Amino acid sequence: MTANPNALLNRRDVVNELVRDRADLLVIAGLGAPNWDVSAAGDHANNFPLWGAMGGASMIGLGLALAQPKRKVLVITGDGELLMNVGSLAPIAVEAPKNLTIAVLDNERFGETGMQKTPTASGVDLAAIATACGIRTSRIVRTMAEVTELRELAHEGRGTAFAQIKINPEALPFVMPPADGVILTSRFRQSVLGDESLFN
Amino acid sequence: MAEAAKAGSAAQAPLPTWPDEIYRVLKDAGIRQVAMVPDAGHSRLIRSFEADPETRVVTLTTEEEGVAMLAGAWLGGERGVLLLQSSGVGNCINMLSLPVICHMPLLMIVTMRGDWGEFNPWQIPMGQGTRPSLEAMGVIVNKVDDPDLVASTVQGAAHLAFNTWKPVAVLLGQRVLGAKNFKELARK
Repeated sequence: MTANPNALLNRRDVVNELVRDRADLLVIAGLGAPNWDVSAAGDHANNFPLWGAMGGASMIGLGLALAQPKRKVLVITGDGELLMNVGSLAPIAVEAPKNLTIAVLDNERFGETGMQKTPTASGVDLAAIATACGIRTSRIVRTMAEVTELRELAHEGRGTAFAQIKINPEALPFVMPPADGVILTSRFRQSVLGDESLFN
Repeated sequence: MAEAAKAGSAAQAPLPTWPDEIYRVLKDAGIRQVAMVPDAGHSRLIRSFEADPETRVVTLTTEEEGVAMLAGAWLGGERGVLLLQSSGVGNCINMLSLPVICHMPLLMIVTMRGDWGEFNPWQIPMGQGTRPSLEAMGVIVNKVDDPDLVASTVQGAAHLAFNTWKPVAVLLGQRVLGAKNFKELARK
């Protein structure tokens, strides 16, 4: 065990573990560092990394999870991104797709804009908000063992799950996916839906 | 026109048929997900979708969530529609970057306020700003003011959106919906 129980997790270790042996897992990455983290774990046609649309990652996950009920959908986003549209946890809780997991990499900072503190730095508890909305599997994650548990939930799809993962507020090298939204959209749809998707 | 105005302001007036026509047109277009922040003008259409086991009606907390949700639906191979008021268009502006930059279809049906016959001055800025705001973001806008043209306008917008991967909005004017008059409603 680590000596310091309050040690924060390394964001890339967390993401590498969440997408380990990903099989046909579908991943939405929120804008900013979660996008670079997911890309650092390996560019993949089944990733939809966002370069904008702040506040939209979880709802993209909802629409996708409803459209593809047999596939597992993992949203990996940041605390700033989630907070921009925290109300989206309400419709997600109501619809409650079994195949949707939302993992929030919480460094308590707006990382892309100079590390200004987000409300989670003052104790805002996103997991409690998710619980209050009605997402029953909702937790704060502080250890890699819990990350592995979260990975199982995401890969098995036994119910909507939400996790606020406390990570180190460090700036890591950029690892970028394609920036062209048309490429990202077309390759994702072709991978998930087959060549038919190219013909509407 | 007078009939349409009356229908919107009087609870006992005969029901207009265009909401049922929109439902049929959207079913024919293959709509499976309905994202909405409700509006009285959409209420009959929403009830039709709620009664339909093939469609999922999702109540949003703010309209931009619907733009994102329907992007996800498209990524997963389903078609959806966003039902909202003109005021809700204001909540969507930045999120519209998503369908625009990704060449994704987005079909929005917008009930207008701040338009013909409006009584509430607070509705004017967003109502008058709805079309230019959408167009500034690259959304193709079709406005309809004749109840008889609602169905064909929605049908054409759906074809345009889903066949050319563009965001398209249909604005239902207050000549179709009837101009709401709260003072009149308060007297009843």
